[in-house]
Amino acid sequence: MHGPAQEWKKDSASSIKELLGVWLFFLYLIVYVGFIVINVVSPKFMSIDVGSLNVAITYGMGLIVLAMVLAFAYNHVSTHAEELLNNGHEIEEDDDQGKHRNNDRDQHQRRGGKAE
Amino acid sequence: MNYVPSPWAVVLFLSFVASVLMISYHFARRTKSASGYFAAGGNIHWSVNGIAFAGDYLSAASFLGICGMIAVSGYDGFLYSIGYLAGWIVALFIVAEPMKRMGKYTFTDALDSKFNSKGIQLVAAISTLVVSLFYLIPQMVGAGSLVTPLLGLPHWAGVVMVGTIVIIIVATAGMTSTTYVQFLKGGLLIIFSMTLVFMVFSRGISTEPNQGGDVPYHNFVTIGVLDPTKGAVDIEDKSYQIIKELPGSGSLRFLVLKKSGAQSIWRLNEQEGVLEETLVISQLADGTILYNGADKEDERFFQIGHMSEIDGNPNAKTGTLNLFSFIDTIKKGTVIRWNKQVVADNGSKHTIYYQNPTPGKDVLSPGLKYKIDSEKGAKATDKIDFISLMLALFLGTAALPHILIRYYTVPDPASARKSTIVAIAAIGFFYVLTLYMGLGAMVSGVIDISNDNMSAPLLAKSFGVTIFAVISAIAFATVLGTVSGLIVAASGAVAHDLMDRFLGMNLGDKNKVRAGKIAAVAVGTIAIVLGILFKGMNVSFLVGWAFAVAASANLPAIVMILFWKRTTAEGVIASILVGLVSALGLILLSQETYNNLYHLVNVTAPVPISNPAIISVPLSFLTLVAVSLYTAGKKSQPSSQGGV
Repeated sequence: MHGPAQEWKKDSASSIKELLGVWLFFLYLIVYVGFIVINVVSPKFMSIDVGSLNVAITYGMGLIVLAMVLAFAYNHVSTHAEELLNNGHEIEEDDDQGKHRNNDRDQHQRRGGKAE
Repeated sequence: MNYVPSPWAVVLFLSFVASVLMISYHFARRTKSASGYFAAGGNIHWSVNGIAFAGDYLSAASFLGICGMIAVSGYDGFLYSIGYLAGWIVALFIVAEPMKRMGKYTFTDALDSKFNSKGIQLVAAISTLVVSLFYLIPQMVGAGSLVTPLLGLPHWAGVVMVGTIVIIIVATAGMTSTTYVQFLKGGLLIIFSMTLVFMVFSRGISTEPNQGGDVPYHNFVTIGVLDPTKGAVDIEDKSYQIIKELPGSGSLRFLVLKKSGAQSIWRLNEQEGVLEETLVISQLADGTILYNGADKEDERFFQIGHMSEIDGNPNAKTGTLNLFSFIDTIKKGTVIRWNKQVVADNGSKHTIYYQNPTPGKDVLSPGLKYKIDSEKGAKATDKIDFISLMLALFLGTAALPHILIRYYTVPDPASARKSTIVAIAAIGFFYVLTLYMGLGAMVSGVIDISNDNMSAPLLAKSFGVTIFAVISAIAFATVLGTVSGLIVAASGAVAHDLMDRFLGMNLGDKNKVRAGKIAAVAVGTIAIVLGILFKGMNVSFLVGWAFAVAASANLPAIVMILFWKRTTAEGVIASILVGLVSALGLILLSQETYNNLYHLVNVTAPVPISNPAIISVPLSFLTLVAVSLYTAGKKSQPSSQGGV
């Protein structure tokens, strides 16, 4: 009863996804830290007008939107990396949305995937 | 204010509870196995799981707490929205796929997947239980305060009711029913919040908000003062009789006046030479509580929140607004906010709320709740506190047990990633809406200043009883859903981590489900008791602590196992223990706890900051590194076998 719970097929895309994830994480971290630093060092900067909004709202909303944009970009690249590097074996859910599988492993094997 | 339960709200609420119980009954047959009970069989579609993530995450703190905080403190409440969402970046980019790949049912499985260490099983299970309980308390307290206005029941009845329903949901069908309840609630919450924001835009902003004509606007009056600088105050309107003066803190002065037998308290505004009407909750020596000198039912404790001038005009009303013009209108006007002052008076205690006109541009910038501007008297510790809060919000999300277990309900790592992305989109969209709902409540004359958590539901009520009933039922479901997720997480920690693995009881599949159900009932019962004991504690405040404890105890272990090959089991154990103990210790010795929990007045606490993350998170990381290096050196060979 020990160890990884389920045996996934080898994911050749995992290292590229991990690397991309870490870079995107640091990119977001820099923007987030920038927000905190401006708040602490120069709160007045936050009140400057940006059109009908101000810096505080634009930056805050920007952080929310940036999170969404990075998330979609990461998923896009990861999905393509999985398709390319795993020869289409690893991708299952894109094609059969809404269908729930009752037994993952049986289906993995039926599709020709190898256990790790 | 006086809440009258609406029959519509009761009907909708009961139908919601009935459908939730039907979902549980429907899925009960699927949950014969441990995998079915603790991880919904691992076969939930990623899109459903993504919205269920949003349902798990958008708890009472998000919907009620953030909207309420924005309604009274402006932009500072929105900081929580920003931090809560940023936390998902850590979850997506660092934690999602590896957690799915390493674990089976619980977060402990994933931490322990490389070591098979009894110590990790024990401390990770304890940490899951502590964080779950910390997170459960505010949810139960929130449930109690929500049920009072909705169904007219006392606080304890609300807590017991939520606890019982949740125990039924969890004990019948575990994670499967919890997931579908969360999906339903997460989706409804986002759709109806969007509807509410559109309604706010279409009504526009008025300097005399009357809730669409339903509740007449109460015009707070002033009385002229003759020479306010003199010691004894004399007033122009002689129909009032001055009874006495009540000194407030600093330069604040309040006067008790009497007219036609009724007493009222007024604030002396020396600059403008007037007495301003206040809102007062008086607790008399015999325990009677009066609202503006009368019983609650007399409805003299008015709802508040309006703009005193729009674009320089003290009597204005805008037309339909949009995302930008709504903010612009507030920015160019003045908002009347209300400050609080507690004054003792011969055995009675008056909680006085007085007007504080605030320029719109200050409302839309940080600084009204968290002091960060040195020019406005912010100290270094205030700034550190702010940084610490933002750090806890950023790092806490990816370490919350009820969020982590949701990675085990989907079939594979790619689905874990995709469901996280759906969650980020849904949650991000909702958090943008919180700003408009909060500011909408702030200027629409709907706030009950004695209970700001009710701001969003009361904003809905100003548009009619149907949307109020729907929003209240969803708010209640919000609590139900989050509590169910937490109880599943806690029962997994007890049955799977502690009993099956740590104690080596080798429970069979059926017995493990039975143990999980018994644990769910036990944890649910403890949560009910704590929810009643902690009545009156601030919901968002407690949730902030849960994030800090999770970030300190769990996150360093998760991150280092993934990215540092020399991490050892001993390092992980030490890091979880140090993170847990230091975060809890700092919280228990903070000024905020001294004032709000122990009720110690004028006692300086040993810890000058209220949020512990800035100390406890680095401490936990350092402990892990130091202990890992020490133990790896001792064994002369690394215990870990590389990254994942």
